[in-house]
Amino acid sequence: MAKKLRQIAIYGKGGIGKSTTTQNTVAGLASLGKKILIIGCDPKADSTRLILHAKAQDTVMDKVRELGTVEDLELEDVMRTGYAGINCVESGGPEPGVGCAGRGVITAINFLEEEGAYTPDLDYVFYDVLGDVVCGGFAMPIRENKAQEIYIVVSGEMMAMYAANNICKGIVKYAASGSVRLAGLICNSRETDKEAELIEALAAKLGTQMIHFVPRDNQVQRAELRRMTVIEYSPEHKQAQEYRDLALKISENKKFVIPTPLTMDELEGLLMEFGIMEEDDEEIIGKVEGA
Amino acid sequence: MEETNKNNPLEGITKEKTQEIVEETLAIYPEKARAKRAPHMSANDPEDAGCAIRSNRKTVPGVMSARGCAYAGAKGVVWGPIRDMVHVSHGPIGCGYYSWGTRRNLVEGTMGVDVFSAMQFTSDFQEKDIVYGGDKKLEVLCREAKELFPLTKGISVLSECPVGLIGDDINAVAKKSAEELDIPVVPCNCEGFRGVSQSLGHHISNDTIRDHIIGTREFSEPIGKYDVAIIGDYNIGGDAWASKKVLEEMGLTVKAVWTGDGQIEHIAATHQVKLNLIHCYRSMNYMAKVMEEKYGIPWMEFNFFGPTKIAESLREIAAQFDEQIQENAEKVIAKYTAPMQRVIDEYRPRLEGKRLLIFVGGLRPRHTIGAYEDLGMKVVASGYEFAHNDDYERTYPELDKGTLVFDDASELELEKWVEEFRPDLVASGVKEKYVFQKAGIPFRQMHSWDYSGPYHAYDGFPIFARDMDMAINSPTWGLVKAPF
Repeated sequence: MAKKLRQIAIYGKGGIGKSTTTQNTVAGLASLGKKILIIGCDPKADSTRLILHAKAQDTVMDKVRELGTVEDLELEDVMRTGYAGINCVESGGPEPGVGCAGRGVITAINFLEEEGAYTPDLDYVFYDVLGDVVCGGFAMPIRENKAQEIYIVVSGEMMAMYAANNICKGIVKYAASGSVRLAGLICNSRETDKEAELIEALAAKLGTQMIHFVPRDNQVQRAELRRMTVIEYSPEHKQAQEYRDLALKISENKKFVIPTPLTMDELEGLLMEFGIMEEDDEEIIGKVEGA
Repeated sequence: MEETNKNNPLEGITKEKTQEIVEETLAIYPEKARAKRAPHMSANDPEDAGCAIRSNRKTVPGVMSARGCAYAGAKGVVWGPIRDMVHVSHGPIGCGYYSWGTRRNLVEGTMGVDVFSAMQFTSDFQEKDIVYGGDKKLEVLCREAKELFPLTKGISVLSECPVGLIGDDINAVAKKSAEELDIPVVPCNCEGFRGVSQSLGHHISNDTIRDHIIGTREFSEPIGKYDVAIIGDYNIGGDAWASKKVLEEMGLTVKAVWTGDGQIEHIAATHQVKLNLIHCYRSMNYMAKVMEEKYGIPWMEFNFFGPTKIAESLREIAAQFDEQIQENAEKVIAKYTAPMQRVIDEYRPRLEGKRLLIFVGGLRPRHTIGAYEDLGMKVVASGYEFAHNDDYERTYPELDKGTLVFDDASELELEKWVEEFRPDLVASGVKEKYVFQKAGIPFRQMHSWDYSGPYHAYDGFPIFARDMDMAINSPTWGLVKAPF
């Protein structure tokens, strides 16, 4: 009997640690015996380097450009297998400022579907998506019949929480017409004040859970210097256990919700409650320094 | 060729009755569509400005529309007829392919050597060009076009929709290529999604000519006091040649035609002429106004359909010049009076009293009325696909009181009106042609003269008269029997 494929998309503010968290978590799931495909949906193409120990993988769009058309491309040209049998694909795309990176994501995912990259032996497909859902292309992974679960990587920093809330607004739109649901917030700690409590509170307001609090540990960076996940580099290290815990929680997660995004006032209220933001002093708004 | 009084109602047609037909037509629509369409149709009253038709609005979704897009206006109308340039459809293949050779803009020269207008150039976008941008490909294309066709005098780059979506910087490529290839390379941001019809494509193209072409060259021949340019004649079936011939017979020198059988260097030097003569006001009034403001060149509209309007126009044009030209104009009119009368004598008896409905673009819904009237025919309804208010203001006085004036008609409306007005001829486009021919109603495709022409000036009128007679009086209609 074919296994039930779970498709998961990871979103979050740029630079929050989505790719690192995704690869370590996927490595954790693989160590539980799961079969996984990672699809990097970011023109930077850095979603698979820790699994493949590679600087940069040949991307779908780069090969399309080289060969001329999508029809000339074969799956084996762009899919690589890395640590623990994890399959890796990068969609790729243009350098900033030209063309249409969003279309690159659509082209790549269509190609993977048509070429049969979603094999029956897979337990999971992970989409590691560019920070902001700036256009339809970057929403491709959460359209009908693609990812049903979304995890948002967040920290206690204000802008990361703003971004998480905005992503939830996008999820609401697609949840209404399809089966995509918010599955939880992953707190990738920046060691800000009362971080876990704050993210717990934000999760509650969004109607979801903080599925795991990943503490900050430089072991992650040490592993990255060797282009490895912590799980492969130092499986006995406590940080490796954190990612295995997260992997296990995702594996057992049943809490899939349509999120209830906060208004700006609510979000700012939450930040004030935790002392991240001070109450607006209307007297000083729009006044230059020393005025 | 008597002057017709537009206030004498046509038999069986009154303002009230036409207004009733309008109400019945609108009644078919759901409420929202009805509210939107109502201001676009009205019974004509040449004396009452109150019948103002709403125009240049977005087509009501769900109805068939005969409109094109901004790219169609730029490529098909303004740029396409310029014979000595390579016109590049920048984007995926479809827009280029389906706009290829549709307008019959005739040219002189050797195709593929010194003229290129019947050829189709495209950057043929693939997925990779969307994702990585098509600018590099465009640069290569321009270089290859100049290599393959060294006599090309310029390149126009006409943006299709995706180019605007992905933000390809065609302006930068054009600038760089123009320097490298030493010919004008003109970027035209005429993405199809801009505006409500092809009309914006005409405007954008006019602006592009203003910004990149006009004033960049001078005529090699000496400047004369009788130099004129024909603006808005696209040489469909040889129209511009017929028009040019008459103007030159009366002693004027036609230095440039925009853009039928057009040459880019002549267009670029048009700022040196003494008078701009506009035939298709809709598609080129913008540049006439620019040349007036910037170079002080006066402009006037004229109408070369049918001997009555031709004679009127020739006198008005001549009035802008000296007595010599005015005398010449009279001689030209006199010279052609007898041959034109012979045409009328032959065809008018067969066409007298025949009625027609017109639905086309540009200038024809008003400009062709006189030619039909010369043949004894009467227009019962006339409408434009993509006109603006100033077109309708010029139309009301040309039509009889009580006739129907309309804008951007749907198929449903046209069918209803044909049923009500029972015209002997429908003069419209290829999308309408087979609907009405299958209904047994004579039809002429008036966008490209149904593969005939020219229809302009004295050379055109005999052909026009023959074609209308051929359509209306063909014995075919008596031989066709419905199988049901």
